[in-house]
Amino acid sequence: MPVNEQQCCPQPNAGSSRRSFLLKLGAALNVVAATFIGIPVVGFVFSSFRRKGPSNSWVSLGALEKFPAGETRLATYRNPFTRPWDGPTGDIPCWVRRIEGERFQVFAINCTHLGCPVRWFQESHLFMCPCHGGAFYEDGSHASGPPPRGLFEYDFKVEDGQLFVKGGQLPTLSQPV
Amino acid sequence: MLRKIALWIEDRVHVSKLYASTAKHQVPRNAESWFYVLGSGTLLCFIIQIVTGTCLAFVYVPSASEAYTSLEYLNYHQQLGWLLRAMHNWGSNFMVAIMILHMAQVFLFGAFKYPREMTWITGVVLLLCTLGMAFTGQVLRFDQDAYWGLGIGAAMMGRVPVIGPDLVHFVLAGPIIAGETLSRFFTLHVFIIPGTIIALVSLHLRLVLTKGINEYPVPGKAVVKATYEQEYEDLLHKDGVPFVPKAISKDLIFSGVVMLGIVGCALYFGPEGPHGVPDPTQINTIPKPDFFFLWLYAVLALLPDYLETTLILTVPVILLGVLFTLPFISGTGEKSARRRPVAVLAVLLIFLSVGTLNYLGTYSPWSPHMASWSADQTPVKYVMGRTPLEAQGALVLQNKQCRNCHSLDGSGGLRGPALDGVATRLTGDQLIRQVIQGGGNMPAYGKNLSPAEVAALVEFMKTLHGPNEAPARDATTPGTPGRVEKQSSQSARSSEP
Repeated sequence: MPVNEQQCCPQPNAGSSRRSFLLKLGAALNVVAATFIGIPVVGFVFSSFRRKGPSNSWVSLGALEKFPAGETRLATYRNPFTRPWDGPTGDIPCWVRRIEGERFQVFAINCTHLGCPVRWFQESHLFMCPCHGGAFYEDGSHASGPPPRGLFEYDFKVEDGQLFVKGGQLPTLSQPV
Repeated sequence: MLRKIALWIEDRVHVSKLYASTAKHQVPRNAESWFYVLGSGTLLCFIIQIVTGTCLAFVYVPSASEAYTSLEYLNYHQQLGWLLRAMHNWGSNFMVAIMILHMAQVFLFGAFKYPREMTWITGVVLLLCTLGMAFTGQVLRFDQDAYWGLGIGAAMMGRVPVIGPDLVHFVLAGPIIAGETLSRFFTLHVFIIPGTIIALVSLHLRLVLTKGINEYPVPGKAVVKATYEQEYEDLLHKDGVPFVPKAISKDLIFSGVVMLGIVGCALYFGPEGPHGVPDPTQINTIPKPDFFFLWLYAVLALLPDYLETTLILTVPVILLGVLFTLPFISGTGEKSARRRPVAVLAVLLIFLSVGTLNYLGTYSPWSPHMASWSADQTPVKYVMGRTPLEAQGALVLQNKQCRNCHSLDGSGGLRGPALDGVATRLTGDQLIRQVIQGGGNMPAYGKNLSPAEVAALVEFMKTLHGPNEAPARDATTPGTPGRVEKQSSQSARSSEP
């Protein structure tokens, strides 16, 4: 740094060391100040990179009577973590299969391949995906196509005659529901 | 008076100096070619996107609960809103298309070679930014395709090891696709990426001024680092013309054609979407990306599943690596495409592959036709004159949704083979086994069909062969067609007239 100073200022005098000190002071002050501005900016932008608290909580899918034994029905719930401006995107669908009594299977709507919404076909007892042709059996296991695993399954519990599932986040391969 | 004002501005702003050092810069006379209009064409599209996009932002509401309504409002209530939306959409189509052509031209003309490496590298980043604009723009058209397109993006990122879940959470700005996700993509589409593009285009153009536009390549004239810059200087002195007013005329004509093309397409085709309320509970949807990403959609359907995650995670890195290092791997030597067969073949291969994949993406033969079982009739000729058992089998085929994947007489899904001539390929026993066990990408129907249904179904399928075509017979018992007859008559009565 001092070498450069001397190169750029051909006549070194008493003022030069003062100037170079002021330059260094100014630069250092700016670095410190910019850090104070930068830390909250970076923290703000990347705050959603770190997930805080649990991402799941119990939500009701409605009374047990809505789900006849031996049938698979579409159910929806309001995502437990929403903003007031989420609109319809906060309503999440899922497939409820009531095997019998209080034995259920609740599947995420998202195909395990790339997340498209799978549809239940009552006659052939298959879930089919409209995007890349994945198909699943009625118990959620992989039947054909590119999906690497069976359908994502929610934890469920029955309480006060209602079916609850633990929902709250978009299921992906590295983090199923 | 006007002259006085002009002179005053000139005195204060030094316009003519700026003009002389930019617009009037010398270019080789042979660069005054129709091939050299594509870069300015891309820039023109970008300017149109800024103008139309700014107009749309006057009305558009980037909120998950309001965005769809505001798009409908733009289409049907806001005066000329439909046209602005259409022009913005067609501007993006033209921008991506012309930019890809520009890139191919620059590659084939060797313009990425010494000393224009930085021009190429900034161009590659601009390509990424433009594709980023295309994707984020598709998200802002907040409809069903946008919602599930985000889901596909999240599912791909969810495959990243270790940080996958955090990455998904970061990109969606929350645990699910919702309000903050749209705000995030709005910020990217309107502030971050356009700002980056403006900065990079400035650098890109600055480099064209400092290192000069690529001369029209001459076969046999190789780039040598020691002599190239001197040769280029000599060329400019010997045979150079000022960009304005000489070389710009073709750019101007092309710009005019592009603008007319955008307005013409916008007027004729109208705005794109929005296609359906972004309500995830409306699951009767077939999400599909815009044409920029259809090829990717096709690739993801056609990759073997055991390779998928590996390729999704590594291929983009490799491709980007190749693009960024290209000017250093092949920075000197021949520029002319006539002496670079591998380069020409590579461009042809890429265009053909992407074109074919995009074409496949338009009708996606790998997807079941979700409504075929109820919408496509069984062709009359396949049920006329059949026995009750065979007719019952036709009913099973229809009701059990076989048609979603298998076509009859050209209608139905394309996921599995067409069933028109299935009896010539599989014997009765093989049909039973295939239906019950599945396999070869077909689900097993053993649990979902009663033995009676299977018998009827197979009996119907045994009638599916052309006139005078012999049915398939068991290859393990050669020369005894009678035995095949006997076998099939055991499973059910043979009835072919």
